[in-house]
Amino acid sequence: MGRFLLRRLIQSAVAILGTITLVFFIQRLAGDPTLLMLPEGATRQDIETLRHQLGFDRPLAIQYLDYLAQLARFDLGQSLVQRVPVLDIIVARLPYTLYLAGSALLVAVGIGLPVGIVMAVRRDTKLERVLMALVLVGQSMPTFWSGILLILLFAVTLGAMPSSGVDGLRSVVLPAIALGALTMATYARVARTAVLEELGRDYVSAAQAKGLLFRSVISRHILRNAATPIITISALEIANLLAGAVIVETVFAWPGLGQLAVQSIAARDFPIVQSIVLLSAFVSIALNLAADILYSVVDPRIRLDGVA
Amino acid sequence: MSEAVIPSIAHPARLRTRIARELRPIWPFLLIFVGFALIALLAPLVAPYNPNSQNLLARLKPPGTTVRNVLYLLGTDEVGRDLLSRLIYGARVSLMVALLSVLVSTTLGTVLGMIAGFYRGVAEIIIMRLVDIVLSIPAILLAIITIAVLGPGLHNVVVVLGFTRWPRYARVAYGQTLAVMGLTFMRASAFNGAGALRLLGRHVFPNIAGAIIVVATLEFGLMVLFEAGLSFLGLGVQPPMPSWGSILSVGRNYMGTAWWIATFPGLCLFLLVLSINVIGDRMRDRLDPRSTR
Repeated sequence: MGRFLLRRLIQSAVAILGTITLVFFIQRLAGDPTLLMLPEGATRQDIETLRHQLGFDRPLAIQYLDYLAQLARFDLGQSLVQRVPVLDIIVARLPYTLYLAGSALLVAVGIGLPVGIVMAVRRDTKLERVLMALVLVGQSMPTFWSGILLILLFAVTLGAMPSSGVDGLRSVVLPAIALGALTMATYARVARTAVLEELGRDYVSAAQAKGLLFRSVISRHILRNAATPIITISALEIANLLAGAVIVETVFAWPGLGQLAVQSIAARDFPIVQSIVLLSAFVSIALNLAADILYSVVDPRIRLDGVA
Repeated sequence: MSEAVIPSIAHPARLRTRIARELRPIWPFLLIFVGFALIALLAPLVAPYNPNSQNLLARLKPPGTTVRNVLYLLGTDEVGRDLLSRLIYGARVSLMVALLSVLVSTTLGTVLGMIAGFYRGVAEIIIMRLVDIVLSIPAILLAIITIAVLGPGLHNVVVVLGFTRWPRYARVAYGQTLAVMGLTFMRASAFNGAGALRLLGRHVFPNIAGAIIVVATLEFGLMVLFEAGLSFLGLGVQPPMPSWGSILSVGRNYMGTAWWIATFPGLCLFLLVLSINVIGDRMRDRLDPRSTR
C-alpha cells in the first residue's frame, strides 16, 4: 500500500508539472503574452515597456523556472484588470462554483443511480425503454440550451423560479438541473451496466435461493460489488461538472469560477484564466488519485501494491 | 460449418430481414443524421434566403410571418435575418468543424497510440504520459485557453479541438495495439521480414480500426457540442458566419420577446447530437465485445 501510494503520488506530481508546462507554453503559442494583455492599438513603446515590466524579454527557460518558483509559493500573480492578487479573486468565487457543482452532483447521483439500477433490474421492459429515452435525452441536451429552456419555462413563463443570479436556496435549482443532466445520464448508464453484470453472477442466484428478499440482495450484495465502476467515473464526472460550470454559470449569471473565466477572457486578464485552468486540472488529478485509493477500500480484491 | 449458419448469412432475403431488424430502432436517427448532412451539403440550394442579408423592417418577426411577400418560416433575428436560412448554413459549420476536428484528432491519436504500443520504451513513456496530462485538463477549458491565445475563428476551433481530443484515441489505439502485438500472426509476419510500416499498416491498423471508429462516432457528437459551446461563449466561429451556438447566445437576450431565436438552434443541436449518440451506441454494441448491451 505504501509503495503504491508513493508511486501514484509521483505520477500525480508529474502530471501536475506537465500541466503547468503545457499551460505555460500554450500562452507562448502566439509569441508573447504582452500582445494579449494590451488593448488593440497599443503603441510599440507601450508593448516594450510592459514586456520589460513583466519580464517577457528574458530567455524562455528563465521565465519558465521563474513561473514554477512563483507557483511553488502559491503566488498566482496579479489580475491585470483589477490589480489584486489572483488568489483572492479565485477564493472569493470558488464557493459559488462548489455550491453549484455539489448541487448538480446531488441531482446526478440522486436520479442517475436509482434510474440505472431500475433499468438493470427491469431489463427489456417498457419501463427500461422509457428510462433509456430519458437518459439519451439527458446525454444529448446541450447545457446552454437546456438552461435556456428551463429559464423560459420556470422563470419567464411560470415565474416559479429566479432566472439568474444567487438568491437563496431556490436559485440553485435550475442551474443544478442543467449542469447535472449529462452526469445523471452517465451515472444511469454506468450503474445499469455494472448492476447487469452482477445480476448474472452465481451469488445472486444463491442469495435468492437462500430466500433473501430481492431488495436486500440488491442493497447488500449487488450494489457493493457494482460500486467500483461507479467510483471510477465519479472522479471524471466531478471534473466534468467543474468544467461544465463555465457554460452553465454564463447562462444563469452565476458568480462562480466559470463566469469568471469567461469574463477574464473577454477582459484579456490572462493570469486569472490560466489559474482557473490549472486549478481545475489539479482538482481532476487529485480526484483521480482519490478514486484509485478508494477502490482498495471498497474492493479488497484490488491489491494496490501490484503483488497478487 | 453448420446448416443453421449458412442460410442466415448467405440467403439474401434472410439477410435483408436481419438488416431490417437491426436497423429498426435506429432508422429514425439515421434519417435525422443523413437529413442534417444533406442540408449542410446542399445549403446554398435549400436555404430560402441569403443567411446574412438583413432586413431591418422585419426584425424579430415570429415564425410564419410574411413581410412584403417574403415568408419567414422560422421567424427572424434581431437584425431581420431569416432564421431558417441561418440554421441551414449553421448545420454546415457545425458538421464541418466536427468532421475536420475528428479527422485531426483521430489521425494524430491513432498514429501516436500505435507508435507507443509498437515501439514501447521511451516512445511509450513520453506519449502515454502526455496523454495522461492532456486528459487531466478538462477539454473545454484547454480549448478555451488555447483559443483565447490563438484567437477565435473556424480554423483555430478545428485545430484546437483536434489537438485537445487526440489522447482519447491514443489510449484506445495503444491498448488495442498492445493486444494485437501479442498475437501469433504478428510474430509470423515479422519473421517473414515485414517492416514496421507493413506490420502497422497491414496488420495492426485493420485490427484496431473498429475500436477507433466507435470512439470517433461518439466524439463526433461531442465535437458538435463543443463547437456550439465555444461559439456560444463567443470563442468559436465569428459573426456574421452563422453557428447554432452563436445564434443561441444572441437568442438568450431576447428570451422574453422572441423565444424562437434560442429555441430552434437548440432543437437542431439536440436532434443532431441525439442521432449521433444513438448511432454511436449501436456501433459500440456491435463492434465492442466487452459492452453488455
